[in-house]
Formats: sequence, structure tokens, C-alpha cells
Amino acid sequence: MDILNTILQGVLVGGLYALFAAGLSLIFGVMRLVNIAHGDLIVLAAYIAMEVIKLTGLPPLAALVFVVPVMAAFGYALQRGILNRTLGGDLLPPLLVSFGLSVILQNGLLAVFTADSRKLDAGALETASATIGGISIGLLPALMFATAVAVIAGLQYLFYNTALGRAFRATSDDAEIAELMGLDRRKVYAWAMALCLGVVAIAGVFLAIRSNFDPFMGPGRLIFGFEAVIIGGLGNLWGTLAGGVILGVAQGIGASIDPGWQILAGHVAFLLILALKPRGLFPRMDG
Amino acid sequence: MTQFTLSSFSISRSTTASRIAGAIALILLAILAAAPWWASSAFLHLAGEFAVYLALATLWNLLAGYTGLVSVGQQAYVGLGGYLTFSLALFLGVNPLLAIPLAGLAAALIAIPVASLVFRLQGAYFAIGSWVIAEVFRLIAAQATALGGGSGISLPAAVTKQLGAKWLREASIFWLALALGAGCLAFVYLLLRSRIGLALTAIRDSEVASTSLGIRIGSVKHVLYILVAGLTAMIGALISLQKLRVSPDAAFSVNDWTAFVIFIVVIGGIGTIEGPIIGTVVYFLLREFLADYGTIYLLLLGTLAIVIMLAAPKGLWGYAAERFGWSLFPVGYRITFPDSGKD
Repeated sequence: MDILNTILQGVLVGGLYALFAAGLSLIFGVMRLVNIAHGDLIVLAAYIAMEVIKLTGLPPLAALVFVVPVMAAFGYALQRGILNRTLGGDLLPPLLVSFGLSVILQNGLLAVFTADSRKLDAGALETASATIGGISIGLLPALMFATAVAVIAGLQYLFYNTALGRAFRATSDDAEIAELMGLDRRKVYAWAMALCLGVVAIAGVFLAIRSNFDPFMGPGRLIFGFEAVIIGGLGNLWGTLAGGVILGVAQGIGASIDPGWQILAGHVAFLLILALKPRGLFPRMDG
Repeated sequence: MTQFTLSSFSISRSTTASRIAGAIALILLAILAAAPWWASSAFLHLAGEFAVYLALATLWNLLAGYTGLVSVGQQAYVGLGGYLTFSLALFLGVNPLLAIPLAGLAAALIAIPVASLVFRLQGAYFAIGSWVIAEVFRLIAAQATALGGGSGISLPAAVTKQLGAKWLREASIFWLALALGAGCLAFVYLLLRSRIGLALTAIRDSEVASTSLGIRIGSVKHVLYILVAGLTAMIGALISLQKLRVSPDAAFSVNDWTAFVIFIVVIGGIGTIEGPIIGTVVYFLLREFLADYGTIYLLLLGTLAIVIMLAAPKGLWGYAAERFGWSLFPVGYRITFPDSGKD
């Protein structure tokens, strides 16, 4: 029963990793951009949620009503103001600019909020659980997983059933032809980044409820998200969810052997899949 | 339109500026080599650190600027070099100075399987993949209880004594830093002037075109990654002797050994040999004036890197070279026409 429990908890945590990864997968799909500051933006969302809660007294999940639009607007501005200028054939500018952004975000958060670790208090939700067949399932992890499924289903719907999704896919396939058809690629990219940071906002709030956070935990989240994307296969959103689950389970099994092995086991699972199936388990798109 | 006959031009690989720069560099190197006799230990320490950053920046630039391998995980080899040196000195009783080249060799061997893994990732994903490798090394180092686990270990006094008395120890560590700094610069310069250098410059300018000319991009990149890993590990070994201590968080620090290095190269000018030198000078100047401000200093560095990347993507040196035609380390071929009078 113990091992079953470990796996189940890992699956549920995998939902959070899929939330870290979904935005990464989205912007890579639309504009081939890998945003090194992605993890730091998740942490930024957590701090914004903290401030919103301080000002309004809302419970953390309700604070999403403010955090999601704020982050989305920030994403739109970030893409139009900075990142759009770096896009072209060359790989270096977007990578290095987002790396600079990552350092700025970390140290900016440090300057404003100090290095103290924080946590959002979600009250009874954090401890509530249901016991099914001898296995106890926390309400929060279950909610996290359900949210991940909902977000990915939502993105999937948006991609294949809306005008915006059509614009995303067209720009992804061939940006120049898409522009000939009257799309403004800078705007399409900005909307993609807005959407990405909307998802990042959700990920940030769940992260902040589940565990402590501090200005420097961004890179670790970026790496988890990245591993989930690669395990699942580039460009496949449901694959990304599967990748998050595999990562979560691997970490859970590692932790049950030795707490020091938790993160390492996740990395090892990632490297194994990279060695055996370099294109991920469910590839859909070429890198 | 002027007609040129075959005899009316000559090809040179150097410029007046480069010959003067070469002479100045050699004189400077000689003066610096004598530094233990005329300088304070604070100066030796600072100059040693300068050489470390110059070497790291030069090597990172070789990967990113010439082969497009943007690694955010070179701290993997810095830390590996330090840990290998300490292991060799503590468990096998190897003299720490001798351990440096051995650590470099061992790290290059370890880099072979690592390369075949991370090379499966393209472009930006390679960057994050290399970071994962560094994290794996750091986490493994934190599990190594014989080397102090998560809190690290200092080099025992008995081993430190093998390096000689204080003056000799400081002098030899400084000389090593100088040799590695100048050595890495010379390595990159000579490499870029060689056949491989021609291939690398072609890859930098256009991967598609260079493939069509028969350059095996994959194997060139592979070999270079492994060579750079070995050299980076030697620098890491040196750093561990400068500090006389290794710990997972410091030895595998992404900020210290990769973020600063990236900023140095970006500010100085990526894809040029001179860029990392200028960048290191700028970095140390900024640090001397602003380090007291801690976080503000890092905010400023990050902002400066972004501004330069957007406004002058070739960095300070690239900008100057384009405007004035400067070249201190010429790696190309220049054609001189006697009647045009221009270099």
C-alpha cells in the first residue's frame, strides 16, 4: 500500500509540474522561445498573490482573480517591449535576454521582499483530505491536479477551436505566410506570452500554497517544467501532463528511499528518458 | 575599376595593432609573472580571480560565440574540477598542484557520455539540459559524505602544507591562474587560426552553408565541448585551491560561474576573442565600485546585459571593431593592395 500511496502522491504533484510546464510548452510551440526567466515569473506571481492577499484579505485561490490578469498584462508588455525585439533566426539574443531578466527578477524580488521564505495560507484546504480504499488523498493536491487537467484541456481547446488558437498555429507553422494573411506576428506572440503568464500565475499561487517560496527558487521550477516538457515530447500538451506526472512519481519514489534523493531521482528519470527516447514519450513536433 | 594582377596584393594574418598588442601582452605577462616579488597578496588574489574569470569567459565564448552551444551549465565542470582535485588530494594523496591536470583529464572523460546526452537537445533546450547536468553533479556532491556532504569540506592543513609556505603557496596558485588565463586565451586564439578555427567561424556565420561545404558540425561541436569541459574543470580545480574549500552550493554556483561569465561575454562582445577580455575588465571595474550594493549591482549587470543585447548585440568590442576596424587577435586573412594603402 505504501508504494501505491507514494505513486499516487507523485501523480498529484505531477499536476503542479505540468502547470509549470504548460506555459513553457505553449510559448515554445508558438515562437520557439525558451524563456529562462519562466521559473522566476512563477515566483513573481507568488509574491504578487501575497501582496494581493495582504491588501484585500482574499483567500489565495480567490486572489487568482487579480493575479492572473496582472501577470497576463505583464506578459503582453514584456513580449511587446522586450522579447519581440530579440526574435529572429539567431538563438542567442532571446536566450541571453531572458537570462538577464531572470537575474533581474531574482534580485529585484530579493531587494523588495528580502530572502525570508514565505508561504500562502489556504486554511483548512491545506489539511483537508479524503480516504479512499485506505489511501488518503489531500484535497489540495487533488485540486492542483484537477486544475492542471483543466488548464491543459482549456489550452488544447483554445489551440484547436478558436480564432486565437488558429493564429497561434498559423504563426507557429510559418510566421511569414501568417503575416501575409493579415496577422501581426508581434501581437500574436504578445497574446501567447500573456496566456503563458496567465497559466504561470495559477502555477505560482499553487506553488505558494503548497510549499515555502523565496526569491531564488525560480530556476528549480524552470528545470522541473522543462523536464516535464521534454519527457512528454515537444509540442504535445497532454504529453506535458504525462511528463509532469512521471517527474512527480520519480521524485516521490526517490524521496521514499532517501529524502536527499528526491530531486536527483527526478533528474535521473529525465536523463534516462532523454537517453532512451530523445524526442520524448509522445513527440508531436520537431525542435 | 582598378585591375589587379596576382602580384599586386599580399595576404597577411596580422595588423599593426595586433603586432603591438601582442608585444604589449608579452611584456605584461612577464611583469605579471614577477608579481609575487613586487605585489601584495591582495593584488595576487585579485589578479588570480581576474585570470579565472578571463579563462571561464574565453571558454564559454568559444562554445556560445563560435559553435552556438549556449551552456547555462558550465558550473558543472567548475565544481567537478574542484571536487576531483579534493578527492585526488584527500584519498589518493596526490599533490594538489599535480591534481589539477588530472582533474581536467578526468572531467574531459566524464564529459564524453554527458555530451552524447545533452547533444540530443537542440538550441535553447541544450542550455537548460546542460543546467540539469550541473544540478545532478551538485546533488551528487551533496550526497558525498566523505567530502563533507551538503556543507562541504576544507583542505586539511597537512595537504595545504604540500603547497609550501604561505608565500610559495600564494605565488604558485597565482602563477597557475596566470598560466591558465593566458593559456586559455592562447588556446582559443591558436584554435581559431587553425583549420578547425576556420570551420568554427564558418559554423558561427551559417550552419547550413558550412554543412554544405563539408564541415562535420556535429563532431566539431562534440570535440570542442569535451575540450572546454576539461579546461573548465582545470579552472575549477584552481578555484578550489584559491579558496582551499569546496562545497556543493559554491562550487556548482550558477551565479558565480555561469551568470557572471555570460554577462562578461555579452558586455564585452560575443564571438570575438577580445570581447571576453574587455568584458572581464568592465566586470571587475563595476564590481570594485558597486559590489557593496549587492543586489543593486546584480540588477544593474542584468539590465546592462539586456540593453547591450538589444542595442549592440556584438557587445562593446564588436561595436568598436565594426566602427574602427580594430582587431587585436586577428584570426582571418587580410588582403592588402599596395596602391590602396589601407590595412
